[in-house]
Amino acid sequence: MSFRNYIRERFFPHLWCPGCGHGIVLNNMLRAVEELGLAKNELVMVSGIGCSSRISGYVDFHSLHTLHGRALAFAAGVKMSQPNLNVIVPMGDGDALAIGGNHFIHACRRNMDITAVIMNNRIYGMTGGQFSPLTGTGLKATTAPLETIDQTFDVVHMAIASGASYVARTTSYHFQEITKYLKQAINHKGFSAVEILSPCPTHFGRRNKLGGAVDMLEHLRDNTAQIGSKALEENPERIGRGVFVHKDTPEYCSEYERLIQAAHKG
Amino acid sequence: MTDTNIRFIQGNEVCVEAALYAGLDFFAGYPITPSSEIAEYMSSRLPALGGKFLQMEDEISSICAIIGASLTGHKVMTATSGPGFSLMQEAMGFAVMAEIPCVIVDVQRGGPSTGLPTHGSQGDIYQAKWGTHGDHAIIALTASTHQDLFRMTVEGFNLAETYRTPVILLFDEMSGHMREKVELPKSGEVQVVQRLRTSLPEGVDYHPYLPREDGRLPMSDFGGRHRYNVTGLYHDMWGFPTSDPKIIHGLIHHLVDKIENSVHQITHSKEYFLEDATCILVSYGSTARSALHIVKNRRNRGEKLGLLELQTLWPFPAQLVREKCAQAVSIVVVEMNMGQVVQEVKKAVDRPERVFLANRVDGEFITPTDIKNMLRLIQGRGV
Repeated sequence: MSFRNYIRERFFPHLWCPGCGHGIVLNNMLRAVEELGLAKNELVMVSGIGCSSRISGYVDFHSLHTLHGRALAFAAGVKMSQPNLNVIVPMGDGDALAIGGNHFIHACRRNMDITAVIMNNRIYGMTGGQFSPLTGTGLKATTAPLETIDQTFDVVHMAIASGASYVARTTSYHFQEITKYLKQAINHKGFSAVEILSPCPTHFGRRNKLGGAVDMLEHLRDNTAQIGSKALEENPERIGRGVFVHKDTPEYCSEYERLIQAAHKG
Repeated sequence: MTDTNIRFIQGNEVCVEAALYAGLDFFAGYPITPSSEIAEYMSSRLPALGGKFLQMEDEISSICAIIGASLTGHKVMTATSGPGFSLMQEAMGFAVMAEIPCVIVDVQRGGPSTGLPTHGSQGDIYQAKWGTHGDHAIIALTASTHQDLFRMTVEGFNLAETYRTPVILLFDEMSGHMREKVELPKSGEVQVVQRLRTSLPEGVDYHPYLPREDGRLPMSDFGGRHRYNVTGLYHDMWGFPTSDPKIIHGLIHHLVDKIENSVHQITHSKEYFLEDATCILVSYGSTARSALHIVKNRRNRGEKLGLLELQTLWPFPAQLVREKCAQAVSIVVVEMNMGQVVQEVKKAVDRPERVFLANRVDGEFITPTDIKNMLRLIQGRGV
């Protein structure tokens, strides 16, 4: 494929560090868009603040780079006002689940046809390596020089419990799955949450002595497994990858359209 | 029954009717006293008109949603009161920076904090101006009667489109909940400004932040033929982030100057008996009703009182206030706060020692008798 059709070369080089997993996400997100044959004029990318959120500036779609944690709220306004548009919302783990946690669960519940992509590198990268709600315990960060004692939570469980009608997880190592799941998520009529574990060698890896970019990718390969696989059954400590939920739930904009029709009859 | 547009309704409902008149077709909000009726009326009126109503999870997401909807080409509004208005400040700054038209109604109640939810106040005047961080200019309007509330709401939408800015409608609990006669204008009777959109065809480079010769920035709807970037960062003519000092200098001046240099066009006010007034009351919003009452009452007794009612609070019409108050012996600002507009009036006029505050801050509406008693004090006639 020709990436030049989908990026704004004027705004390159991007600001991501060498070895960052986010470039792999961008690459495979563009593959998904091309394989689905989506028109660029009908694609809106809404993002918040953080390393991952800068992705919206690099793509040649309508792009809205907003406030930390609020991307899904802006996206709700875009989608609701113009339901024919495809709305993709890339977010970091802190962006989506700390400051934006409330918007995230309500976006799942509302089930508006938006694709949320949580690029989870388990750290606040742009601000220099503070721990996030997804860091987990026993690790080091600039705001946890001894070790983190904050419990983490599971993005997939959170999305399912909140009512998202499509939920998937993969990693930057499993790039073909990124394209596959994003295609399903964008095509899905309802709220989709796709978590992509993505390495941050600069701030997470270095401080926790996890090696370089390749080591961190291999770590994702070796410590995850497809749900339903023998590998996961035999190694339940691994993180599950795959599609966890894919169901039909009334989509918000369609339901609202039904109200409009009812009001007209009334 | 004859076909009439005369209604007897709450100020909050007048605001809804005016917003619809101005072309609003997207509203997002979160319940909060004393503004909730605006969301309620919107939820019942919009579906039949094909418009969209969204009840969001909080005030932050409400203002974010309307900004997103404005970008797709819709006229949008949210409504709240003090605590919710505080939550909206960051996103309001985003709309200032990205120059996205939107209207924010603050039906003021007593603060700080949860304060007095069911009682009126005018305590958010400075928050409207300086609530969001960083240098910026803002437009804030208010009104004292339902007829004016209608007109100022429509004007709020017009100014939001003209200057590509958030506009704040600073109403208060008294006018929000009071029922009063209002005549809803027929279509075409009141001017409605439509969004200025670019005429550039597809394939021609559209620069979202390159002003025309007249300083205005034609918009292009998200989903339309031009794709561009919108950000809350300092940005260049493409809408892409920059830290170039020259561009930053130009952008902050543009954001402030487009409004501060248009004070005259943005200013709305009303005058009563100012020609020969030796004592001028300056008031706004529902308190101007009590001020007008006392002015008329005193005129009947031959006292030379006048009233300058401000409807535009930001940008503050300093020149107007200075000129109108030039000859007055005393200037009394009537407002329901600890003294906010009075500070602006003192800055605006010569000999600021002439300026006094007549206020009430206990949640009760300021009455003509309250003002009369304070005038006696100011004039050295005892209580």
